Amino acid sequence: MSGWDELERFLRTDPRDVGCDQALAVLHVYVEVVHDDGAEEADRRYPGVAAHLRACGPCDEDFEGLLLAVRTAGAGGEADDERP
Amino acid sequence: MSSADPSLGRKSAGGLRGCGDPSDTASRLDDESRRWITALGGAGAARDEALTRLHDLLLRVGRAELARRRGSHPLTGPEVDDLANEAADDALVAILAKLSGFRGESRFTTWAYKFVVLEVSSKLGRHFWQRPRASLDVDDWDRLPDRFGVAPEDHAQRRELLASVRRAVSEQLTAHQRQVFVALVVDGVPLDALVTRTGSSRNAIYKTMFDARRKLHAALVANGHLEASAPADQRRGAERVERRP
Repeated sequence: MSGWDELERFLRTDPRDVGCDQALAVLHVYVEVVHDDGAEEADRRYPGVAAHLRACGPCDEDFEGLLLAVRTAGAGGEADDERP
Repeated sequence: MSSADPSLGRKSAGGLRGCGDPSDTASRLDDESRRWITALGGAGAARDEALTRLHDLLLRVGRAELARRRGSHPLTGPEVDDLANEAADDALVAILAKLSGFRGESRFTTWAYKFVVLEVSSKLGRHFWQRPRASLDVDDWDRLPDRFGVAPEDHAQRRELLASVRRAVSEQLTAHQRQVFVALVVDGVPLDALVTRTGSSRNAIYKTMFDARRKLHAALVANGHLEASAPADQRRGAERVERRP
């Protein structure tokens, strides 16, 4: 891939992108859909959030971190005992 | 950028716990989440125990998140633990302040974990400026071709890409858009660090950069350097702001 291709990919924008505030407002819901039903289902239900996470590094980092926390808990890892 | 995702806030048929009328929250909660809300909203020893338990969970998630991001920050040893504790403390305060706003759209713990993950991001952004070489004062445009993967020996492409982008930035962007573009793309400042430095918000800076990217893309298509993009729903894997280049 040439530098021009990389530049084009970076400058390309998706009109469905909802931005950081709206994506983070529902990130906990989105993560559970990914965890429970898969990324494709989350993409289908929340296309604007999915578009944003594909383009925004910081929000995607938060998504990955939250998904790891949920998966760790579900797999009986460090955050295994979630009872109050 | 879309002002609203049509699906946001809509109860889906696929099993989301729903949103909307707060009076329905109690009926939507799973048993575990209901126990959390009851304990944290109560008083006495039961509440104290729940607070301690929740802080422990937040601290574990904070530590795990810092470990997951270890390649993108220089913290080690006690610094990591200090930041994880600060993140857990602040997340707990924020969770209690917003407890009445929990609507049962997810498990309580998923909602709570979000607070500590966001705290870690914010605190790492602030920490960036403590690095010895962190500065907004040195713009090194010559590094731009490296950020887009142009080989050092490809002198012609490096010159052409650099000149065309620099010209488009100068001619097409507002002063504010130029400042944000240079900080994020030329200087490589993390977006959350720029939030800390400018007192702005992640959303505002992202929006500025979104508009700048759109303008630059249009200009570079118009002058023949780039081809027009495919429709949005045919694309995958667009480059991310900050992470790449």
